[in-house]
Amino acid sequence: MARAAVPGPGSARLRPARDEIAMRVLLVVLGLWLVATVALPLWSLLSKSFQDFNGNFVGLANYARYVSTPSLLASFWNSLSIALVTTAIVIPLAFVYAYALTRSCMRWKGLFQALALIPILAPSLLAAIALIYLFGNQGFLKSLLFGNSIYGPLGIVIAQVFYCFPHALMILVTALAMADARLYEAASALGASRTRTFLTVTLPGAKYGVISASFVVFTLVVTDFGIAKVIGGRFNVLATDVYKQVVGQQNFEMGAVVGMMLLLPAVLAFVADRIVQRRQVAVLSARAVPLEPRPSPLRDWILLVYCTTIAALLLTILGVAAWGSLIKFWPYNLTLTLANYEFDKFDASGWSAYFNSLELAAWTAICGTAVVFLGAYLIEKSRGFGAGRAIVQLLAMLPLAVPGLVLGLAYIFFFNARWNPLGFVYATMAILVINTVAHFYTVSHLTAVTALKQLDAEFESVGASLKVPFWTTLWRVTIPVCSPAILDIFVYLFVNAMTTVSAVIFLYSTNSKLASITVVNMDEAGFTAAAAAMAMTIVATSAVVKLVHLALNTLLARTTHAWRRRTR
Amino acid sequence: MISTDPGASAFLRIEGLTKRFGSFTALDRVDLEIRPREFVCFLGPSGCGKTTLLRAIAGLDAQSEGRIWQAGRDISSLPPAERDFGIVFQSYALFPNLTVRDNVGYGLRSRGQGRAAIDARVAELLDLVGLPDSGRKYPSQLSGGQQQRVALARALATSPGLLLLDEPLSALDARVRARLRHEVKGLQRRLGITTIMVTHDQEEALTMADRIVVMNHGSIEQVGTPRDIYMRPATPFVADFVGTMNFLAGKVDAPGRVMLDGRAIACDTGTIAVGHEVQVCLRPEDVRVRGVVPGDANVLEVEITDMEFLGAFCRAGLAVAPGGGQRLSGDFSSNLIHDLGLAPGQRLSVALPADRLVVYTRG
Ligand SMILES: Nc1ncnc2c1ncn2[C@@H]1O[C@H](COP(=O)(O)OP(=O)(O)OP(=O)(O)O)[C@@H](O)[C@H]1O
Ligand SMILES: [Mg+2]
Repeated sequence: MARAAVPGPGSARLRPARDEIAMRVLLVVLGLWLVATVALPLWSLLSKSFQDFNGNFVGLANYARYVSTPSLLASFWNSLSIALVTTAIVIPLAFVYAYALTRSCMRWKGLFQALALIPILAPSLLAAIALIYLFGNQGFLKSLLFGNSIYGPLGIVIAQVFYCFPHALMILVTALAMADARLYEAASALGASRTRTFLTVTLPGAKYGVISASFVVFTLVVTDFGIAKVIGGRFNVLATDVYKQVVGQQNFEMGAVVGMMLLLPAVLAFVADRIVQRRQVAVLSARAVPLEPRPSPLRDWILLVYCTTIAALLLTILGVAAWGSLIKFWPYNLTLTLANYEFDKFDASGWSAYFNSLELAAWTAICGTAVVFLGAYLIEKSRGFGAGRAIVQLLAMLPLAVPGLVLGLAYIFFFNARWNPLGFVYATMAILVINTVAHFYTVSHLTAVTALKQLDAEFESVGASLKVPFWTTLWRVTIPVCSPAILDIFVYLFVNAMTTVSAVIFLYSTNSKLASITVVNMDEAGFTAAAAAMAMTIVATSAVVKLVHLALNTLLARTTHAWRRRTR
Repeated sequence: MISTDPGASAFLRIEGLTKRFGSFTALDRVDLEIRPREFVCFLGPSGCGKTTLLRAIAGLDAQSEGRIWQAGRDISSLPPAERDFGIVFQSYALFPNLTVRDNVGYGLRSRGQGRAAIDARVAELLDLVGLPDSGRKYPSQLSGGQQQRVALARALATSPGLLLLDEPLSALDARVRARLRHEVKGLQRRLGITTIMVTHDQEEALTMADRIVVMNHGSIEQVGTPRDIYMRPATPFVADFVGTMNFLAGKVDAPGRVMLDGRAIACDTGTIAVGHEVQVCLRPEDVRVRGVVPGDANVLEVEITDMEFLGAFCRAGLAVAPGGGQRLSGDFSSNLIHDLGLAPGQRLSVALPADRLVVYTRG
């Protein structure tokens, strides 16, 4: 034994147990996986942006060309301004809605919360399609625009507001739900007016939520592709530029540069958010008293009217798309028909695209949930190996900063490279699954980490003292206790795989075309009704999955309530 | 091999154990021997390193330096799964989704025992901890005290050679805690299992332990029986930490004699040289009042400054007269107070029994 060579009471290091070795090996495998599916592709993208057509290093030449091409540079500013305007509109709208859901005694809160989440079930471009029906060249509300065109910044912003609303809302609801009643009691005991209480207690308490939501919305808008593609008209943004450079002009080098420009704001927003959140001290001490909102008839009524209006607008957008998918020929023949759902008449892939999407969603959810949960478990629960765990944790956070479009583009370069032995997955369903898991890795990872952190840190120690291997404790205790979070991750991955457009648009092949992509294609070909129909099919599928999720959650709560009940 | 066991008679032997967190030293060259079947308490203020020492013994956190032998085996670098111990954490760490029976049988299942053998062992253990009928319940359906006993049964299930308890009673209310003290101690004695319990509750340590290890700032201050620790505290820290202690400043006048506010006090000065500044220590309950004749040896004139009612007795604040420089407190029973009509402002003579005085150098 090497140990005998250590003279005297030397520095002692525990010989890792078989369990520890197994966990470290798995952790290394996961790390390599993330390197191969996130870090290396991004590296390929970065190096591509410094190369010419023949692969020679040309330094900043491509960037110089980018900066000196006014049309390209204009897109950069377009993207930023669209994102800023959308953020400025969405955050206040969502804040008031979240306030109503958490701090008022308004009726039907559950219903309003559910309705507000509708946009998440659809591909982002659904709103754009609905807006075209309403305000497009042949829209029946076109006159309301007083001669302005919906194709361009106006349409993009409205559609983005619809698309981003639930994302902002979820963060703000979480931020506002955590409140310490004692602060409010103190404020009223000190005679602070309502406005003053709002400004000195409510807003500061929700500050970090507002900041976080702003960064999320900003990034979503900058990186979204579908909306600008459908309703952007001649108004170019970064996301459409990437697509045009790569798919339209086959100019991969310039595509890489634009991709880097797209990565820039996303990474900056990500880093800024991290820095701000680090300053957040625990808002809630363990002894905080949860705030119970008190009825205030006037306020509750105003908020009810407000929420009804917002929910009605969200429903209208969805309803218009649904209706548009069911009528014969807009705007001349409004009889109802299912003809628009006969997709093979509009796109060669027909219904098979839909089944491809289901297949992608199923694989992504199954493999993704397994990898993400096991990965989070290894990072959280293995002992020692601090540096390794920190690196894998960093890799797991990386995808959050990478827009889907950038990741998709990076995959082209990485998996197409001649030296890459993984090249065989190119243009298969496998690459779509790998890409989608990587794309949505971070949010799933954070969900798993949060659930794991709530477990008693000593479960593993107990297991080790009883000489039970770690996978037994993982299987018999950790997974059952975390089952609601695991289900959440599964559904999150499934729905996102159904609706995503940005990353996969560069990666599908003719046999692996997806429903969300046929929406783009059919819209491009002028079959707006069929595009709406396909979008509605996706919405319906996501909705069914969500309902099953709800039912399973109820079932889970019922079968496990005996032990989930908290005592003490 | 260099690791011939130097502590053959000891069940557990710790040598030069040091644990550093960055630049902070949580344990500083700790040496300790624990005998077979002994119940040892680690006692000390919060943050003194008790848990750190326990976790090093379990192998849950590696020490920075030092060696540990258990039952003649060098376990210093073994991972927890290869050591031989059962552990109960302060949080109990019961598996919430498993019934009491499955929790207790958790470590048995993976040893390839038959279902019937496991069931019999689990039933035996539940009987042992006094919960024969709770096997089907989930942990959340039990009271804190019951959960604690389930955790104990689970730790004992695999018949480990060493039982480690990290503040097992601290999450319980006072009454349950007092009862469980007896139960845990009784169980330990019946099973004859070597046990280490971490606590910062001195009463717990004094009532349960065969020997107490008093710790401070990552070092051991004293190891001894509860009686030793209480009657003969080795350091002022132990004297102060365990029970209540009066500290009186004085100076060694001659071997066996200390001058204290101008009065000669006879006491055991041990090896302390003449002329040294010292502290003379005495428990409040050892301050004698009855049958004290002024002018006797070790008698002080004092004035009662205040009296604090503590139920069975009163703790009186006493100022040493004249001068009134030093203060001490004395515990007087209700009878005594009644008989002598003691009240604040009153002067009286008290004796400091020489055999109860402990002297430390000062400086
Ligand atoms: N992981 C760690 N990193 C840094 N410092 C630590 C760590 N764990 C413990 N310490 C420090 O080591 C010291 C001893 O900690 P330990 O938990 O052993 O104290 P304790 O005696 O068990 O106290 P308590 O009665 O509060 O449980 C403390 O000052 C603590 O802050
Ligand atoms: Mg402790």
